Amino acid sequence: MSLLEIKDLKVRVDDREILKGINLKLNAGEVHSIMGPNGSGKSTLAQVLARRETYEVTGGQVLFEGKDLLAMKPEEAACEGLFLAFQYPVEIPGISNAYFLRSALNAIRKYRGQEEMDAMDFLPKLREKLKLLDMDEKLLNRSVNEAFSGGEKKRNEILQMAVLEPKLAILDETDSGLDIDALRIVAQGVNAMRNPGRTMLVVTHYQRLLNYIVPDYVHVLVDGRIVKSGGPELALDLEDKGYGTFEAGASA
Amino acid sequence: MATAISGLQNYNESFSGFEKAAAGRELSWLRELRKSGFARFSETGFPTTRDEDWRFTNPAAIAQTHFRLVRNGHSLPSKDELARFRVPGAGCQAVFVDGNFAPQLSTIGKLPAGVTVASLAVELARNPGAVEPHLGRYLDLQRDAFGALNTAFLEDGAFVHVAKGTIVEKPIALLFVSTAHDAPTVSYPRNLIVVEENSQLTIMEDYVSLGGGEALCNTVTELVAGDHSVVSHYMIEREHVKTYNVSTLRIQQGRSADVASHSVLIGGALVRNNVHPVLKGEGGECLINGLFIGNGRQHLDNYMLVEHASPHCASRQFYNGILGDRAHGVFHGRIIVHKDAQKTDAKQTNRNLLLSDTAQIDTKPQLEIYADDVKCTHGATIGQIEESALFYLRSRGIDEAAARTLLLVAFASECLDRMKEGPVRTHVERLVQEQALRMAVISHPMEQRDQKQ
Repeated sequence: MSLLEIKDLKVRVDDREILKGINLKLNAGEVHSIMGPNGSGKSTLAQVLARRETYEVTGGQVLFEGKDLLAMKPEEAACEGLFLAFQYPVEIPGISNAYFLRSALNAIRKYRGQEEMDAMDFLPKLREKLKLLDMDEKLLNRSVNEAFSGGEKKRNEILQMAVLEPKLAILDETDSGLDIDALRIVAQGVNAMRNPGRTMLVVTHYQRLLNYIVPDYVHVLVDGRIVKSGGPELALDLEDKGYGTFEAGASA
Repeated sequence: MATAISGLQNYNESFSGFEKAAAGRELSWLRELRKSGFARFSETGFPTTRDEDWRFTNPAAIAQTHFRLVRNGHSLPSKDELARFRVPGAGCQAVFVDGNFAPQLSTIGKLPAGVTVASLAVELARNPGAVEPHLGRYLDLQRDAFGALNTAFLEDGAFVHVAKGTIVEKPIALLFVSTAHDAPTVSYPRNLIVVEENSQLTIMEDYVSLGGGEALCNTVTELVAGDHSVVSHYMIEREHVKTYNVSTLRIQQGRSADVASHSVLIGGALVRNNVHPVLKGEGGECLINGLFIGNGRQHLDNYMLVEHASPHCASRQFYNGILGDRAHGVFHGRIIVHKDAQKTDAKQTNRNLLLSDTAQIDTKPQLEIYADDVKCTHGATIGQIEESALFYLRSRGIDEAAARTLLLVAFASECLDRMKEGPVRTHVERLVQEQALRMAVISHPMEQRDQKQ
């Protein structure tokens, strides 16, 4: 059984069809990349999988470990082991980063019937992950993402992923807005989490990120459909030729 | 009109009976004070929404209800009944039942030297000389009919005195319990807090109710903050939702006095909280910090009058409101800068979170500036819980009710963070947390039903 199986998924936003029948299979331990131009539906796919309710699913099915993902609430999907690293992480004034992380971890542990973690046990675990991402401990006491730089926000997403240890991590344009140094650190954090039990779906516009996080498979998403799938070499091909040839093909 | 007059007739009878029996009736200055209060009230009656200061709050329900005045002699609640209202870490807790001091229920213990916490009625009998120079000297009877009525019926409440140069480390808690059961009752707590020069005090007024009856609590506190004193005052309204609470905190600030007034309105059907500091001495600082959280049909009115009467003073007003269901909130922030109050720095901010389409907030800044070298700013915002923030939290595994609670507490925390860390803040945080949880669940009955199916 695949970890994630998407069958003919169709999604609409405000009377506009964004996803027009997506089919995709991800097995445990695989890293897949979805590449596509702006407006092709990449972020919509990521958000629908994380169960954002503002999108209307009009057709198709998604199975996550054989369970109906589209029937889950966002918190249920998270507790089942799905994680979305946001393209635009949300600022939440008044909630400290450390408190937020522990609340999230404990919500998931509780769902799985595990004991909740107190602050004393949690902090050492958190410190270790901070080191991995070269993050300042001061960020823990600040409000979630508030007044974080672009790079800090993206690192904070990966920090959350490292703490929550998902089965499926969806990285939505994690490279956008990062300089090359920050990109290396983020990629290093992601790579450290690669293991046979963890699947990743890396959504990106550019090929550069894939130099650092090398995928097993690459899929090209254009105008709401996957128009081509292949190995990592497909990404390099796209870097050379651009999406133009596919876009022409998609509209034909 | 007919109801209003018959209503006043009730007060007439009640006052003539009260006057003859009240504590301290042998003191002529006190008799005069009560009479002047009642005379002023008789002149104006209760305010209506035609009064500019009451534009958004209609006290007709109070004017039309026949409240019975409760005085000593009725049965007291047990210590066990009050156990849940105790505040861990407080230096003492003085308990007032329907406005009357209840020594049996209070834990005054041993206070630091120079500190007096007593019943006003007792102090009037024992040592009226300590009371006379201050009682009724600051409250402006002309401004407010409720203050005038409280003055007419003043008899008991807290008398707190902190001698010169005394630092009171543990907070002093005053608990006001209303016990109305059947017929509507009224109480008029009157508190006098005098903090002498160069002293420090944290004091909390906590209003709660036992029994489920209709009650009016019309309370006035005169707080005198001497030169170079540092005072934190907390007003917590958490009575049940059939009660009316009208409170006035009149602060008189001396030179370089630093006063913080924190108001937390959670309970009550109709609540009007007046905070009126006068920065009388040079270099004074005043923080007026407030949080109001309303649900159902609660009406929570925050009225502030900040008077800058001397140069080089600073005042800060920050009020956050969370309103759900059909709750109605009011923020009326008035700042008066008198002619000589140059270099005044006054700031006012009101932020609101509305959780339903039927919740309502009226926010009104009112600046009157008669000096020419001042800095005054004001601003107000109204928003909702952001869907993006809610989704972000939920996408990390936090369920919807918990996520909403977190966001409400986060919004409230702006106000909580302005309170000094200590037992009172911990107490307030717990109350806010509980209320936020209730709001998060109640304001989304549809989703709750879905979960049950």
